[in-house]
This record gives sequence, structure tokens and C-alpha cells, in this order.
Amino acid sequence: MSALVLEQKELNEPLERVALERVWKRPPGFIGWITTTHHKDIAIRYIVTAFIFFALAGILAFFMRLQLSFPENNILGPDRYNQFFTVHGMTMMFLFAVPVMEALGLYFVPLMIGTRNVAFPRMNAFGYYTYLAGGILLYVGLFLNIGPDTGWFSYVPLSGPQFSPGKRVDFWAQMITLTEIAALVGAVEIIVTVFKMRAPGMSLNRLPIFVWAQLITAFMIIFAMPAIMLGSGMLAMDRLTHVSTHFFNPAEGGDALLYQHIFWFFGHPEVYIIFIPATGFVSTIIPVFARRKIFGYTALVLSLISIGFIGFGLWVHHMFATPVPELGQSFFTAASMMIAIPSGIQIFCWIATLWGGKPQMQLPLLFVLGFIALFVLGGLTGVILASVSLDLQVHDTFFVVAHFHYVLIGGAVFPLFAAIYYWFPKWTGRLLDKSLGLWHFWLFFIGFNLTFFPMHQLGLKGMPRRIYTYAYDSGWANLNLLATTGAAIMGISIVLFLINVWRSRHSGVNAGPNPWHSPTLEWATESPPPDYNFVYLPTVQSREPLWDEVSPPVVCGLSNRKRESLITTLMEAAPDHRYELPEDSIWPVILALVVGGGISWAIFDPWAVPISALLTFIVLCFWFWRGNEPASLTHHVQSSEDLQLLKSEANKI
Amino acid sequence: MSRRAREHKAWRFNVGAGVILLMLFAASGCRGSQNVLNPGGSQASHISNLWWFYFWITVSIYCLVLIFLISAIIRTTRKPFVPAGSREVLPTNSDEERRKTIFIGAAIGLSLATLFVLFLADLFTGRSLHSLRAADALTIKVTGHQWWWEAVYEDQVASNQVTTANEIHLPVGKPVQIKLASHDVIHSFWVPNLHGKKDLIPGHPTTLWIQADKAGVYRGQCAEFCGHQHAHMRLLVVAEDEEYFQQWLSRERSNAHIPETENQIHGEKVFLQTTCVMCHAIQGTVANGKVGPNLTHVANRRMLAAGRIPNARGYLAGWILDPQHLKPGVQMPQHNLSSDQLQALLDYLESLN
Repeated sequence: MSALVLEQKELNEPLERVALERVWKRPPGFIGWITTTHHKDIAIRYIVTAFIFFALAGILAFFMRLQLSFPENNILGPDRYNQFFTVHGMTMMFLFAVPVMEALGLYFVPLMIGTRNVAFPRMNAFGYYTYLAGGILLYVGLFLNIGPDTGWFSYVPLSGPQFSPGKRVDFWAQMITLTEIAALVGAVEIIVTVFKMRAPGMSLNRLPIFVWAQLITAFMIIFAMPAIMLGSGMLAMDRLTHVSTHFFNPAEGGDALLYQHIFWFFGHPEVYIIFIPATGFVSTIIPVFARRKIFGYTALVLSLISIGFIGFGLWVHHMFATPVPELGQSFFTAASMMIAIPSGIQIFCWIATLWGGKPQMQLPLLFVLGFIALFVLGGLTGVILASVSLDLQVHDTFFVVAHFHYVLIGGAVFPLFAAIYYWFPKWTGRLLDKSLGLWHFWLFFIGFNLTFFPMHQLGLKGMPRRIYTYAYDSGWANLNLLATTGAAIMGISIVLFLINVWRSRHSGVNAGPNPWHSPTLEWATESPPPDYNFVYLPTVQSREPLWDEVSPPVVCGLSNRKRESLITTLMEAAPDHRYELPEDSIWPVILALVVGGGISWAIFDPWAVPISALLTFIVLCFWFWRGNEPASLTHHVQSSEDLQLLKSEANKI
Repeated sequence: MSRRAREHKAWRFNVGAGVILLMLFAASGCRGSQNVLNPGGSQASHISNLWWFYFWITVSIYCLVLIFLISAIIRTTRKPFVPAGSREVLPTNSDEERRKTIFIGAAIGLSLATLFVLFLADLFTGRSLHSLRAADALTIKVTGHQWWWEAVYEDQVASNQVTTANEIHLPVGKPVQIKLASHDVIHSFWVPNLHGKKDLIPGHPTTLWIQADKAGVYRGQCAEFCGHQHAHMRLLVVAEDEEYFQQWLSRERSNAHIPETENQIHGEKVFLQTTCVMCHAIQGTVANGKVGPNLTHVANRRMLAAGRIPNARGYLAGWILDPQHLKPGVQMPQHNLSSDQLQALLDYLESLN
């Protein structure tokens, strides 16, 4: 940074603003809507779409609960029940949890690290549209009554060609391929953006924990998702006539157990891919409402990194009932218990932060406290499940259903709601209504516990998961009815939340740029942020830039005639060169159509693969055609010599 | 009542309610014939002991975390009032931070020690589970089918082998080896009162040792999702004294009862001349189908259709006429039998004891 001359020059902020508005404006109307590559547009679309899928999967879950509320009930029947629980699980995992967590990253990472957009804006748009294609594919299947019905992990041979004829499982496989493309795209965006586009001075040890969490999650996605794409691809090849491989067919030398290893090598890290971003929200929210900086920054970051590593070493605890050698099982028991340590460190650091602060009981903090209460319970039942002997009893029962809803709803959805109450003013400029929010919290908390706590007991009483009904003499009726009542209460609370969002969007209390007096850079600009995020890119001198006494200088000298941003060095975030971001483009949508169409068509005909590969190549030729891409890719590096860091009030709120 | 006293009372009430809930949970469902915490054999009782060990440790940890969390919040109400939305940021005091670090370090050490103890407890339980074994134990080969259980009592002498379905009899107090295999998709053999579950994976035959210590009828159920009728893939395990068991076994070894009455003779003819014979076997007749359960002694079984319905004449009639109604997706087809044929067939099947 010292290479840059600090020269006091007159900043003309209004003029700069006008110029940036012009450069970052989208074309009007539908074309502008469909060609946009602004990270905030894409992220909001991800979030809204993910919540639509959340609501759909919630409705499916409620029907399942209705079916189970009485013994030998006949509301759904086995065929529909099996489709519902499969699509519920797939939606919550692939269409809600992973995308919504990544979407918050895609929205806030550029804002928190002080840049104008993600590193590859067009690819980002492409990711969203492939995700949407995957979601539509799944629900078209469900609405045509040919939805997948073999569970979200679709074990072979049940999901193989012999026992699942028809195309149901292919919808499962191809939907996974599409959504994982989107997840990988998002991960690449986040990694490159975090590593290369941070504000000058934001060295890695000043990175907000939210950004760390997103970064670690992105790396986990890159290592985990290919496994499931491989697994679902191999299954699709086993199933597709004219291809008919035998990867998983024991009769032809294939192996059904291999599939489980491949699946859970992805499937367990997947849980942490959902949970780690949630801890990022919590570590962001707690210090703001405790009014002190986070306790144990380094410990928290190292905990997240170690969860990222250990998360890949415990997949076999999903397979203790299979013929895996006992010694190997003990190894995975130890690994599964070990992951409780970094999670415990995080809990301790959060409590220590609250202990040393003066907590203000606002809605985001309330949801965070709910999170701690529920997640610790889910984590402890996780320790129980890590024990081979106990797992042999409770594996594949409602005890497991209870456990993973405690860690996924308690551990991820509660922080997500906290995040929404916290950041809603950033998105809309308005606060969510507090009394509706309190109703939402308490109904959700009570309803959740009424629904899922009895399931622990049901599991111990021998109720396996995924049964569409049970006998009168089973003794499970009362607890199931209780669970259904709880589900209804949860449903009501979600409706209240949606009403709150809908109403407060335009008529909520005006929030101003930084309603909670938060320390991170996303609050250093207006709410909602302008298309270019910051008039002048900020610089940073501490972990809590907005809590500093003095406001640091800003970057000036970036072009306001092009969409330009600053590339900084990996460790120190010293300015390196200027980087021109691409304009809006129609090609991401077209490419997503080709890829989505091709992968969906491959359900029926193997020729779809070479033909759509060729089409993809043609579309990519247009995408990269000279003139369609910004100069930075053709001229490579531009010097940063004319950049200056200047004192300015522009970013000070 | 002062605020403090009221708070104190509320606090006591909450703690009391919590303890009662916990007791209810702990006491709940230690009954039942399909229950993890009501062991009927040594394996399940090892696991049940381990469960209570884990239960009380995890409950104590949970309470500790909640106490600290709640104190962290309540503590601040004693601090000077800070208006909501205050801009003030509290300074951190390095001495206090160091104290916290030490405290957290101790908490982590304690967690590690606890986890190590839990790990060892699991290891030792695992060892006791695997130590059950006997040289010339009774061996039952259990094969999972969509959606029923086939059980073959193995014997050196081929003619002494017994094939039955959905109801397994065991002698009390003796280790029994269960050889597990699947005929189609993955199933999981699980009788919670006797032992944890074991998956039946095609291409991966495996074994499980169990021992029933208390006589009784235990229920089991398939625990791995196996398609449409996963919910109706149950089995019964009847643990009985050696003497009764041997009686049962020798009766099962015998050929099917030879029809005596006119109706039974007619019924046998119906069985052998309609589709029944294509899937079911009745030892002592020409019926030798392997697709469905062996019916040689079907009248002795307590339940039909893998625990879907009780073994009674009315249910049996309904099952034969329209199995798809009771178990949608099941492989057994519907049958158009005349009333005479049906009554005769029922007479015949009911005589197969």
C-alpha cells in the first residue's frame, strides 16, 4: 500500500456517484432482469427461490405428518408418501439449505470485503439458472406423479434399474447434477472473490468470520460435491438403456456398498456445508448484540478449518449397520466424537462473548440463543449416534430423524432466521416488525420442539424412519399425534414470518444504513446498497472497521467509465491491479438452458450428452467472443499506479 | 411478592418442570415388545446400559451449557442499563480475556476427557457385543425379500432343515447365529429388544449373534427403506424354553398336515390348481414355489403378510382375495375365487398346523 501515493485531492462524490450509476445500470425491462450479473440480484433470487422451495418442502412435510398422525392412516398411501419424503429431503438439502447459505455468501461476501461484484459475475448468473433448472426438473417430476421415491440417498439396488423401473430415480440423479453444478460455481466465486478482491488492508487475519465460514464451506463444496455427482452419474449410467453399466449391480461384479461410501463421502460433509455458514451468521450477530468484539477470533477460525477437515473423515458412521470391519468402525467413532471439540470451542467462545458483553435482546440474538439451545441438544444426540453400539439400535429410526432436524433446523434454520432479521434492513432499508417476529420465534421454537423432541422417544420405541404407516398395537400413536400438532404450530409461525417479510418490505420502520451499529463493511454503504456497492472502495485497518475511532482512507482512481474493481494480494490484501468486470449478458441464461435441457434430456436418451456438449461448446464460443468479454481478460493485468487512497467521508455513516 | 422472589419461584418452577420432563422421558417406554430400552437379551441389555450411561452424561453437559448461557444473559441485567440500539462498544479487558481463555481451555480439556470416557465405554460395549459366540449354535439363515422375511433353520441333514417366514423361534438362554442375506434390495434386520440392527446387502452376506434371556414374543421390523411396503415388513421373534422350542422345531420339520375333510381336500386342490402354487411351497405336496413364504405350517403363525394382519380366517380371506388393498405394491396378485373355492382354501390353510 505504501507504493501508492497518498495525496490530498478534492473528491467529487456526487459526480462519481452519477458516473457509477450509469456504468452499473441494467438494461430496462425483462431483458435487464434476465441478463443481470449483479451479485446482489442473483443472490436475492437465490434466497427467494430457496424460500419458495423451503415452503414447498414444508408443505410436503406437513402432509407426511398428517399421514402419520394416526395409525393406519390413509391420506397419502405408500406411493405418494415415498415421493413426498424423498422430495422433501432432496429439496431441503439441495434446493434450500445449501443454496440459501451460499446465496447469503454471494450477497454479503463482496460487501463485507469491500468490492463491487463477485469475481466472475456471468458464471454466477449461470449458476443460479442451473440451480433453478434442477429445482424445476424435480418438481415437474413430482407434479406429474413420477417424482423420485427412493429416499434422498437413493441406495442401490432399490434405486437401480431392476427395482426402480421408470424414470423416477433419474429425476433424482439429474436434479443433483444440476444443483451441484450451481453449488460448485458458487464455491469458485466465493473462493476467488475472497482471495483476490478484498479491500486494501484486509489481510486474512482481519477477514470477518462470516467470510471465513463461507470460504471454508466453498472449499468443502469443491471436495465433496464431485463425489455425489460421480455417484449420481454412475447410477444414471447404470439405469440408462443403451448405456447399462453395472457399477452397482452385484450380479455383474458391481458393488452396492461402494455406492454408500461414495454417497456419504459427500453426504456427511454436506451437513457441515450447511452448518458452517450458519456459524458464520452466529459469529457475526453475537458481537453486535453483545456490544463487544468476538471472543477468540483465532480459535473460532481454526475451529471452522478443523471442522472442514474432520468433516471428511467420519462418513462411515452412517454405515455402522453395514458389514464394515469393527476396527474401522472404531476409527470413525473416534473421528465423529472428535468433531464435537471444534463445535464445542465455538459454543464456548460465543458464550464467553455474551458473558463479557451487555446483550441486547433483539430478534436476531433471540434466534441465536434458540440456535445454541437446540444445536447443543442435536450435537449431543450426535455424540450418541457416533457410538457404534448405540447407533446399531437407533440408526434409521425416528431418533435419527429427531437428531438431524435438531442439527439442521436448530443448527442452520435458526441462525438463518437470525440472519434474515439481522440483514433484512440491509436488503430493503427497513426493519422487520418486532412483535410479529416474537410470535414467529416463540411459535417456531415451541412447535419445533413439540414436533421433533417426541421423535427421540419414538426411535427408542422402535419406530423406523420412512414408514408410511404403523399398526395400532405399536404404541406410537400419541407421540406421533403430538409431533403433528407441533408441525402445525411451526407452519403457522412460518406463515407469520412470510407475512412479516411481505409487509415490512415496503412499510417497515426505516432502518437507515446501519441500524444495529455493526462493525463490518456491508453496513458502510446505503441500505439497500447501490449496484456498485461503494462509491469509493473502502480500506481496512482492523477486524471491526466500523467500530474504529478513525475512518480509514478510501480507494480512488478506479475507472468510473467501466465496471472496474481492485485486485489485491492473497495474504496482505495489498493493491495489485485493476480488474474490469464484465457487462450484463444473455449468455449465462442460454448456457443454463442448454446444460439444463441437455441433462434433463439425458434422462431419456444418451445422445443428449454429446449433443448438449456440442451446443455448450458453441454457446461458450459466443460467451468468450472477443468484445463480449472485458478487456482485462485480453489485456491481462493493468497497472495500479494511478490508484490513490484518500481521506473521505463518503463511506462514513 | 418482590420481583426477586417471583423470579426465584419461576426459576424453581422451570427447574421442577424440567426435572419432571426428564424423568418422564427416562421412564417412558421402558416397556413394549419393540423397544430398545426393554432388553430381552444380553446384547440389548449391554446397549441399554450404555444408553443410560450416555444419557446421563449428555444430559449433565446440556444442563451445564444452558446454565452458562442463561447466566451470560442474566448477568448483564445487573450491569448498568444500556439502551437498545446503543452505539457503545464495550472495551475488552485483557485480564478478563485471559481468565476466559483459561476457563475455556479447562472446559475443552473436560470435554476431551468426557469424550474419551464415552469412546472407551463404546469400545468395551462393542467388545462384549462381539464376544457372544458358541461352537455348535443354532444357525438360522434369514433372507430379506420385498416385503417379508424368509427363515431357514440350517441342519447338517438336508431333510431336517426348516423353512418358515416372518416368525422366528429361539431357545431362551442360548446364543443363536443369524446368517443374513438379501434376495433383492437392502433390508435391515432389527429386533430392538434383542440386539441392534444389521443390514442385509445383496452381495455382502453377514452374520449376527443374538441371545434371548427372557421368554417372550418380541417384534422386529425392517429398518432400511426397501420400497413401497417397507412399513409392513415386520417379524416376530418367539423366545421360548428349550423344551417348547424343540417341540416347535420338530413340528416344523414334519410334512404338512394331510387334508382330511372334504373341504380341506377341495382346498388343497384349489391351492394346487390356481396361481397359489406358482409362488408358495407346502412341504409334502408338489407345491414348491420360492417366490412367496413357505406355507407348510402357516396356521401356526401368529401374523400374516409380514405382520400386516393377524392370522385369522377373515383376515386371511381378505388377504387372498385382495392383497393390494392391505399392502399396496405387494407382489401377490389378486384372486378371483368363487365363494366355495375360497371357503375350501381357507379350511385347507387353517389345517396346516
